[in-house]
Amino acid sequence: MSDSAATNVPLSSLSPGQKGKIATIDLPGAERGRVMEMGLTIGTTIEVVKVAPLGDPVEYKVRGGHISLRKKEAALILVQRISK
Amino acid sequence: MTNDELFRRVAIAGNPNTGKTTIFNALTGLRQKVGNYPGVTVEKKTGRFFGSHGEQMELIDLPGSYSLQVRSPDEAVARDLLLGRVAGERRPDVIIAVVDASNLDRHLYIAAQMLELGIPVVVALNMVDVAEERGLKIDLVELKERLGVPVIPMVAAKGTGIIELKQAVSRSPLPKPEQRAQLPIVFEREISTLAKTMGEVGEVARMDAMLYLSLDQQGLAASGLESSTLAAVNASQSRLRAGGIDPIATPVDARYDWVAAICSAAIRRQGEDTDGLTISDRLDMVFTHKLWGWVAFIAMMALMFFCIFTVAAYPMDWIDGGISALKDWVSASMSAGNLQSLVVDGVISGVGGVVIFLPQILVLFFFLGLLEDSGYMARAAFIMDRLMSSVGLHGKSFVPLLSSFACAIPGVMATRTIENRKDRIVTILVAPLMSCSARLPVYIVMIAVMLPAANAMQSAGIMLSMYMLGLIAAFVMAWLFKKTLLKGETPMLLLELPPYRAPALRGIVQRMWERGLIFLRRAGTVILALSIILWALMTYPKPENPEATSSEALAHSIAGRMGHAIEPAIKPLGYDWKIGIGLIASFAAREVFVGTMGQIYNIEDADEENEELREQMRAERRADGSPLFTPLVCLSLMAFYVLAMQCISTVAIVRRETGGWRWPLFQIAYMTALAYLAALVVYQGGKILGFQ
Repeated sequence: MSDSAATNVPLSSLSPGQKGKIATIDLPGAERGRVMEMGLTIGTTIEVVKVAPLGDPVEYKVRGGHISLRKKEAALILVQRISK
Repeated sequence: MTNDELFRRVAIAGNPNTGKTTIFNALTGLRQKVGNYPGVTVEKKTGRFFGSHGEQMELIDLPGSYSLQVRSPDEAVARDLLLGRVAGERRPDVIIAVVDASNLDRHLYIAAQMLELGIPVVVALNMVDVAEERGLKIDLVELKERLGVPVIPMVAAKGTGIIELKQAVSRSPLPKPEQRAQLPIVFEREISTLAKTMGEVGEVARMDAMLYLSLDQQGLAASGLESSTLAAVNASQSRLRAGGIDPIATPVDARYDWVAAICSAAIRRQGEDTDGLTISDRLDMVFTHKLWGWVAFIAMMALMFFCIFTVAAYPMDWIDGGISALKDWVSASMSAGNLQSLVVDGVISGVGGVVIFLPQILVLFFFLGLLEDSGYMARAAFIMDRLMSSVGLHGKSFVPLLSSFACAIPGVMATRTIENRKDRIVTILVAPLMSCSARLPVYIVMIAVMLPAANAMQSAGIMLSMYMLGLIAAFVMAWLFKKTLLKGETPMLLLELPPYRAPALRGIVQRMWERGLIFLRRAGTVILALSIILWALMTYPKPENPEATSSEALAHSIAGRMGHAIEPAIKPLGYDWKIGIGLIASFAAREVFVGTMGQIYNIEDADEENEELREQMRAERRADGSPLFTPLVCLSLMAFYVLAMQCISTVAIVRRETGGWRWPLFQIAYMTALAYLAALVVYQGGKILGFQ
């Protein structure tokens, strides 16, 4: 698993149905805290559910709940892709 | 004298959409009170209920919150009350932490925070029926054991578990929670060091210190801490970081790890099919679909406005009839004179003109309640966010703007859910640009005067363009404010899409009624006072000639003189001093325009349907003999009414919501300037283009 950092991709690059394990959250302090408090902690599995009709934001499933984030923020959350 | 001190104080807390309010209603029934927390405008809902031994208790419904680390004014209230930071408010004796049984993984997070406060906690495990449907088997004994507090399984919507909940909070003495998420020892040490620096001890101090330690630089700057404490926080944070501990992530991770361990011990998932489509997922296949999502959205909005303008029209007619009857009765039973005029023309007309909008406001709140309770509102924000963020706003700004089409007051109040203060202010600033129902009478009269032979299509077309003008202005101004005055990044969107639920009608009707009462109270105070002032301005000084007609009397009054005084300023817009009186009279409430015009043209009982008034206005001539109300003047006047801030109730609510006079005054200034400019462009531009 030493090369896992290399395989991390931005959350925003996943398409609906794809899953990833959260590796890093590069959002500024307060926003990082909020995202984590909504359940997106490091190591949590997150699944892309749906892209909003106008292309943004995106709906994710995490810890059994549905949360939506804009692509701009999702790009700063890196995940390790989980292949099905 | 109150004996509040003697009652056990119970606070209900938890994530939004967990059924907190349903539990609150089930416990208190009609023994409820809605007020405000001191100093802030967040709604405070309290009620009374009787414990299992007949002892009275006080129940406080806290705003829904995801964490004690706050983002919005709503959440700040929940935190401050639980930490005993609200002056004049006793700290609760027990907390009911409401959690959604079907989503414990996330909902136990805030419950975990509650357990750290040193106050007894009872966990209300709500919606156990939904959890069962999803194949979740919850081991209550294990859950109680691990959380270390009573856990009451409930289906609040059906009343299941209410008695048990009452019993649990009535126990005496109530044990304090003993279990909690464990933080690294180094972290705990920093927390107690910081708490000591702040001169506090105990659980509240611990939580205070922990919340400060988890703030970033921006948050600390806004926290208002003393510089010595600030330095201590910074030093602690640096020590933690040096030791490889992230002060923001660590407590969150610790709680989620603790919660995850509890869930895996206490919950068994029956069947492998946890990824199957729930009813919510199926509904979302329509409501957030690329095409059907919009169709559903537009259909719902259309239905709502259809009801606001048609269903509400019947009770509005009754109120109208009632007001007329009251006027007749008072006129007949009082001797004619100043006092009769004050009561009839001042008080009854003034207050009546506002009360008439009550049905529309109730219908609006009914629909908003339905959309909110069912979970649809979050979907609307989800599909609208892209549009809103293009002008720098948030999907959540959509609801306040939508509400403002009926009335800006509920719209401004609905901004409380917006986390970012700048965004909240931008939304408040532009909300009154939405054409509210009070503008409707003005539009109706002006369209009728402008195009006497207009068919329904033409009228509707002009009306629609007025609505569009307001909408476009709101977006442009929001964009401008975000670029200049309230500069800031488009804030992050972090929106929960809760599962759809059948809305609880009782709760919706109750909330609708509460809002209605707030509205009526305002009509009975602010509007009443203003109506009297306006009446006085339009009545005094009286003309020397007792035979004077009412229009002559009006010209002689202070309002009439003010109309003359502002005539040079409004002449470029195509208005004369009589329209000037209308504008002045509309400063407090725009719908007064129609009645004032009636008074100017000596018409009894003028309203927007009155043919006589329309004829008179069409026949009105300028000094040079040309007609006054040309199509261009009508358009200019409508544009003015679309954009001007002519509603003293909105000014009052904006002052309250923004905590000072700065923003409401700015709002009056910019909207008046905008209205003037638009009217000027319409009139002068139209003249240049050769229109009349």
